[in-house]
Formats: sequence, C-alpha cells, structure tokens
Amino acid sequence: MTATVQETERPEKGTAVEQAAPVKRVREVDRSMMVAAIFVVWVVLFLVLRGRQTLALAAADLTDLHRWFNDANDSIGANRNSNPLFLYFFNEVRLVIDSLVTFVQELISQPSADRPVPQIGWLGVVGIAGCVSWAVGNGRVALLAVAGFTFLGLQGLWQESMDTLALTLSAVFVALLFAIPLGVWAGLSDRFNRIITPFLDFMQTMPTFVYLAPLTLFFLIGPASATIATLIYSAPPAIRITAHAIRSVPQTTVEAADSLGATRRQTLTKVLLPMSKRTVVMGVNQTIMAALAMVTIAALIDAPGLGKTVIQALQTLDVGVAFNAGLAIVVMAIVLDRVTTAASAREEAARRSKNRFLSRRRPLLAAGAVVTAVLVYLSHTYLWAAEFPGEGGTGDAVSSTADSVTTWVQDNLSGISNAFRDAITNGLLNPFQALLTDSPWWLVGAALIGLGVVLGGWRAGVTTAVCVALLLGTGVWSDSMTTLASTLVATVLVMLLGVVIGVWMGRSALVDRLLRPSLDAAQVMPPFVYLVPFLALFGATRFTAIVAAVVYAAPVAMKIIADGVRNVPATTVEAATSAGCSTWQIITKVQLPMARGALTLATNQGLIYVLSMVVVGGLVGAGALGYDVVAGFSQGQLYGKGLAAGLAIVLLGVMFDRITQAAARRTSA
Amino acid sequence: MARQARQWRVGAAGIAVLGLTLTACGGAKVGDSSSEAGGSGSTGKCGTFNLAVNPWVGYEANAAVIAYVAEKDLGCKVTKKNLKEEIAWQGFGTGEVDAVVENWGHDDLKKKYITDQKTAVDAGPTGNEGLIGWYVPPWLVKAHPDILDWHNLNKYAAEFKTSESGGKGQLLDGDPSFVTNDEALVKNLTLDYKVVYAGSETALIQAFRKAEKNKEWVIGYFYEPQWFMSEVPLEKVELPDYKEGCDTDTEKVACDYPVYKLDKIVSAKFAGSGSPAYDLVKNFNWTNDDQNAVAKYIAEDKMTAEAAAKKWVEANRDKVDAWLQ
Repeated sequence: MTATVQETERPEKGTAVEQAAPVKRVREVDRSMMVAAIFVVWVVLFLVLRGRQTLALAAADLTDLHRWFNDANDSIGANRNSNPLFLYFFNEVRLVIDSLVTFVQELISQPSADRPVPQIGWLGVVGIAGCVSWAVGNGRVALLAVAGFTFLGLQGLWQESMDTLALTLSAVFVALLFAIPLGVWAGLSDRFNRIITPFLDFMQTMPTFVYLAPLTLFFLIGPASATIATLIYSAPPAIRITAHAIRSVPQTTVEAADSLGATRRQTLTKVLLPMSKRTVVMGVNQTIMAALAMVTIAALIDAPGLGKTVIQALQTLDVGVAFNAGLAIVVMAIVLDRVTTAASAREEAARRSKNRFLSRRRPLLAAGAVVTAVLVYLSHTYLWAAEFPGEGGTGDAVSSTADSVTTWVQDNLSGISNAFRDAITNGLLNPFQALLTDSPWWLVGAALIGLGVVLGGWRAGVTTAVCVALLLGTGVWSDSMTTLASTLVATVLVMLLGVVIGVWMGRSALVDRLLRPSLDAAQVMPPFVYLVPFLALFGATRFTAIVAAVVYAAPVAMKIIADGVRNVPATTVEAATSAGCSTWQIITKVQLPMARGALTLATNQGLIYVLSMVVVGGLVGAGALGYDVVAGFSQGQLYGKGLAAGLAIVLLGVMFDRITQAAARRTSA
Repeated sequence: MARQARQWRVGAAGIAVLGLTLTACGGAKVGDSSSEAGGSGSTGKCGTFNLAVNPWVGYEANAAVIAYVAEKDLGCKVTKKNLKEEIAWQGFGTGEVDAVVENWGHDDLKKKYITDQKTAVDAGPTGNEGLIGWYVPPWLVKAHPDILDWHNLNKYAAEFKTSESGGKGQLLDGDPSFVTNDEALVKNLTLDYKVVYAGSETALIQAFRKAEKNKEWVIGYFYEPQWFMSEVPLEKVELPDYKEGCDTDTEKVACDYPVYKLDKIVSAKFAGSGSPAYDLVKNFNWTNDDQNAVAKYIAEDKMTAEAAAKKWVEANRDKVDAWLQ
C-alpha cells in the first residue's frame, strides 16, 4: 500500500522506494528476530540464575565511592574561605548575577531602597508585556499577554509572579548570553559539537537535587544560586537548537556565499545567522519553558516567587493554594510560549514581505510605545497603578474549585484506580523489574549491550558497554535496574498515549488547539500539585511515580507525533483516500509509517523526559535511584550516594539516547 | 481600508491615554506618607536577623513566633530564608544564616559544623520533645487494640500487604529528611515486613489520611509533634524500649527510637554578636502543646505565619516576657 501511494505521489522517487523496500524489510525482520532471541536467552538464564550476583545495596549502605564523594564535598565546604578560586572567581560571578537579579526585582517586583513599591507597578508591566508582545509578535499574542498578566494579578499573586518573572528573565538572559555563541560554535564545528554534547546531556539529565546543595556552597544562598541552578538546566536546549539551526541552513546557500567571496565572518553574520533566526527563537522558547520548570526546585534554596507559595502550601497539603500558584506558572509559561512562537513566525513572515509589513506597523508601534510609556509613568507615580487592586478573589475561587475537584476525585475514583494500578503493577512492572533486578549483573549488562548493538549498531553498542561499566562503578546497580524497569514501563505508556492523542491532534487542527493548553499545563505545572490527588488514588507506589512521569512526558511525545503526522504531505493522504482507504488504514498504513522519524524522536524525548521525573518519582514511592537522590539531598551522610545515583540517572539517559538516536538514523537511512 | 483602521486605532489609543491620565490625577501617589507601610525601617541595635525556615509546619511555628517577637519587641529586621536543613547549616559558615530553631538530632551535622568547623554553636533546647516511631491509624487501634504491641505485628503482616511489598507486610517509610533504622529493625525483630520508601512527608500523610478514611491497613514511620496529628491522631506502636547506646551499631538495632530533645543551633558569629535576637533564640522555650496550637493555626485555620504568631503571642504574653528577660 505504502509503495503504491508513494509512487503516485512522487513518481521520480518511485523506483528508489521499490528497490529499497524489500531489502529494508528483510533487515528489519532480522533485527526483530535478534531482539527476540536476546530476550529468550536472557529469560532462560534468568530462570536458572535468579537472585545471584544482583549487587543489591540496602538504603542506608554506602560504597567507598560514596564515602569519597562525601569527603570531597566536606573538604570543599571547609576550605571555601581560603581558596583563591572562591575568592576571585565564584564570588565575582555571584556578585554580578546577584546585582542583575536584584536590579530586575527592584524594577518590577520588590520595593527598592527609598520606595515602598517597585519602580514599575502592575499597570506598567502589563503595558510593557502587551507592547513588547505586539512588537515581536502580533496583535493576538499582545492581547493574550495583557490578559494573562492581568489574570496573575487577579489571582492575588502579582508580586510572587513578578519575582518569578524577574528570576526567570535573568536566568534566561544569562543563559542565552552563553548559549547562543556556544550554539553557533557547535553548529559550525563538528568537533566542538561532539565535545559539548555529553556536557549538555549531563546538564539536562543530572537531577537538580544533586547539585543544589553544592551550588549554595559555591554561590551562597540567594538569587545567584537560584539563577545558576535554573541556568544549568535551561541553557542546553538553546545551545542544541541553535547548533541545529546553523546546521540546517542549506549547504548550497553557504557555498553560494563562499563563491561570491564572502569571508567566514560575513558568511556567519550575513547568511547563517539571519537564515537560522527563526529556529534560534524556538531555542529561546524552550529555554524559557525549562527555566519555568525549575521554579519550585529553586524555591528550596530560598528563590523568591511562586515556587515558595507552592512549597509552603504543600507542607500542609493545601492543594487549592498550590494549584492556584501552579496555575500562575502555567499562565506565565503559555504567554511566554505563545509570544516567542509568534516572534519566530514573524521572523519568517517579515523576511518574505519585508517592506509592506514594516511600513504599516511602524506608526502603530510608535503609538503603542507612547501608551506604554504613559502607563509606566502612571504605575511609577500612582499607588493604584503600582499595587494590584483587589484581594485576589479569582485566586480564592480557583483554590476552592481545585480543592473540591480533588476531594471529589479522591472520594469517587479510588475503587477503579486501584484495580488499574494492580493490573499494571502485577502484569507488567513486577515481572519486568524481577527480570532486571534479579538477574546477575553480567547477564543484564550483556543483554543491554546486545540490544544496543542490534538496534543501534556497533558504535551504540560501545557506548552502551561504557555506560554499563560506569553504572557498575556507581555502586547503585540494583537501584538502577529498578528505576530502569519503571522508566521503560512509563515510556511504553507515554508512547501509547502519544500515538493515540498525537495522531488525533495531527489529523484535526481543532483538537490540537483545544488540547494544547492542557499539554503545556502538564509540562510546567509543578508535579506535586497534581501528585497529591494521585497519591490519594494510588498510594505511595511505583505506579504513582509512573503516572507522574507519564503526565510530564506524554505531552512532548504527543506534540512531536502530531507534528510528524501533520507533516505527511496532504496530497499523499488525499491519494490514499481516493484509492478507497479507510481512516484506520490511512493512519496505520500511511500517516504513521511516514511519520516514523517523528515516532523515534518522540520515543527518544519521551524516555529522556521520563528519566527527568525519576527524582519526583522517588518522592511518591518509586524508591530506587530517585529516593537515593532525594535522601542524599536531605541527609549529609547519604550525599555521596545521592550523587552516585544522580550519575546513574545520567548514564541511563545517555545510554537510551544514543541507542534510540542510532536506531532512528538507521530507520530513516 | 488599512488607512482607516490605522487612524481609528491611533485615535482610540490617544483617547485611552488621555482618559487614563485624567483619572489618574485622583489617585494616591507613591511616597505619600499615608500610603507607606507603617515605617518598619526602625532596626534599633538588633539589626538584621537571618532566620532559616526549614520546610515543615512545626518548624514554621517556632520561626513565626520568634520572628514576630524579634520584630515587635526587639525591633529587629527579620529575614526568613526558606531552606532545607543541610543547606541551612551550610549557611552558618557562609554567614547567611543566624539561627536554626528546631533541630532534630542531626549528630553528623553537629559534628561537622559545631565540633570540626566551629561555625555553629548549640543554643539549647526548644522545650519540644520529638518522637519517632511506627504509627497506625486510629480506626485500626479501635478494631485491633493489640496491634500497638510489636510482638503482634507478624500476626497482622498479611493484612498490610500491598502491590509494593512483595508478598510481605508493608512498612511505609521514608521522609528522606529523617534517619531511619527500620530495615535493621525489621530484620533484627524478625518481622515479616518489607520497608517501602514513600519518599516524602506528603506521601506519608496522604497514606495515613486515606487509610483512616477508607479503613485501610497502613503502618508507617512517623513523628510528632506534627500538625497532621490533630487531624488524624495516629497511635504509636510499642517497640522494645530504647536504652542508652542500643542504637550505636546501626546493623544491630533492635530497639525503639530515642526521644529527641529538639534544640536550636545558631551561627558562632551570631552568638558572639551581642544581638538581642540571640538572647531571644537562646531563651526561647515552649511545650509541644504550644507548638501544636500555632501549627494548627497555620495548617488548618490557614492563617499566615505572622497572624498565627500574633494570636499565640497575645494569648501567652507571660511566656514571651520570660524569654525577653
């Protein structure tokens, strides 16, 4: 079916497809046979050798490596005041970042020296938000920005929101200052790209809890530490996407510039940067989203803002108040996301129809700027425009609604939910976990390496072998295998949901538009806000942890798959329809196979996102690596073990990433 | 068409600006004396007092009352810093934290910061006694009173089975901030239980709350004073009595947890600064009931920390005055 459709669609490629298809199919059959063979051998050996050499380590036990990490951490703490690195480097960095954040805070959120209110009050900020959104985006997002920011005030969270905004903007600003040049470099140089990629993986998958305490040792408690923690997590997407953007500029364009005698510098500033601007803005967008995901964690080291409200509310399990604050984060994220997305779309549009566009916008923008200036002046001078009026009645309404919904869910759904939990746990999770944790370590290691080679090729196999060896070295092998089992089960559920909802979204623009805000919400809502009701439904179990991971990771998979399905040429689908295919056939025979690249990317990202929830899982009953990390953050003597567990999570992430990427390259090749 | 729209929009904007400017003239100006918040800038000789606030409600109650008294009676400028314990202790050395006002044991931190680095000093007990142990929901005690004796735990092990406990009874552990000997205890008391790590106080509280409501079997690690006790009064299971030194070898522990005398820790610099806030912290002392009252105002009555402190201080002026002697 596929072949004929492709033939009608692209006759010039038809022959190539026909030739390639049989060879490929044979290879695929081969591969799945080998995967099956590996599993059969594994299961047989597991049944024979069960429970031997499993390298289990009790919760309070440490290895030498863990103790060494502890000692290293202690000695840094003890020498902090005499070490020149601290005196002349870290302290300077801290001073610069502290003053940047304090400056932004005094501008919009905190009272400054001689004023009881910030320099710019709510009216001014709303005005600026509207005007900037209009200038970089369009009128629609400007309206959204104004409405969104006003809503933050109505929720009774104006000052908290502005604190969060100040911190996020500062972190994003500093992150981009480094990320864009590094991204350009990585885009230009393969060598640098290869060097920096592991660091980026590390920054994105190393749980924040592991470096939060050391950070406060380096940069002290305060805005600097919070900003740097945020920056570490949020810079990598900008670097990666910038590099990708530079690489995606067509080779012919660059060659044309070269042949016209452009210097390297000219090629960069006149060709590469302008042509990749749109994608770079998407990188900025991802950085902002990642920074907002750090809001609650940063609150653990006294970062001001909405995170603090969430954490304080959760101490007393006050879901309503926590949800209200979480909603403010979501609103801010949606506004910033839509504005940056519109900005990147405008880059494209502006490039196409430059002159007409500008001539019409300019006077309007000037008028807008004047209005904004007046609003800023008013909010600087008059109290009513400086402090948001009202008591936050909307916020109270949101809180009490969230409370009653939570109570209803807890009271009415717990019977169904327990059956579902037990089915997944006993049917899927337990056997799989037993296979991983009760097999001897060498057997699991060999199986993983074998799968790496079969699915990803020799290079992926070598990476897997290195990761397995390092995992052994961390001393938390057994916990890693427990986490691995839950992670894989969660990824399977993510992909199931991702395919179903993603295809639905990809096929209907209306569904897409309706669902997208909830997907955004699921990605930036602090997990504990929705975990409290889940805990009531499923108890403190591995299943609750899996649900948390699915809620966070499924939106990414859905978005990628929807995008992939939408990119299948409309003509292909039409051809299939006119050939008499049913909807089911179109989905399974045309759209999904042609979106295979998107499917593998979704698997890859789904896995990485699931892994980034391991620590949250540890907080709701997953145990294993997540709990090790959390306990290491909370108890001094377990610090080293927590660090080792964090490293293990990174290693799992790198291993999966390399295997799935290599597999993706093979399927698309 | 476009021209018209433009003119219209510019006109509208102009009117809006004019309107706003005109209405604005009636409002109060920033900096008017009437609008300023009571001139809280008076610091006196106390200066700034950096108070760590660890993330649990009992601690918040201590901190709220101390901060309230320091501000109102001593004229200090109190900066509350929301921090986890480890990070708060680290702050003693870097000079960013002056006091931790509810400390549970933490012998390792005491050794590191008080004995070795000498950046912190002990500021005496808070008067609160901390209990740690295994707790069960009240309905279970009513239905099976003998469950409060550990000897009977094996009898009920099968009832405590869950999807996580691998065929044994589940002992729900795991606020990661607390030291636990439970794995050793289970082994050394030959109990047919498996320790399952819930991972957070939130998870533990939800488990107990649900257990009491739906009459489910849950036994878990918990502690008091705790605000949740006034919602669901959990009962403590009797383990073999604690005797001095019975928990030194963590592998061989077979006894209950000791009663923790909760105490206050301050930075060495703060202790030597002669700040009246230090004397306040040192003299601060109250009972579990006092803390529970303030914790209840915060957790159940949803009062702000400051309002809760105000309510308690006004009702207990004599106790506060004793701290200020």
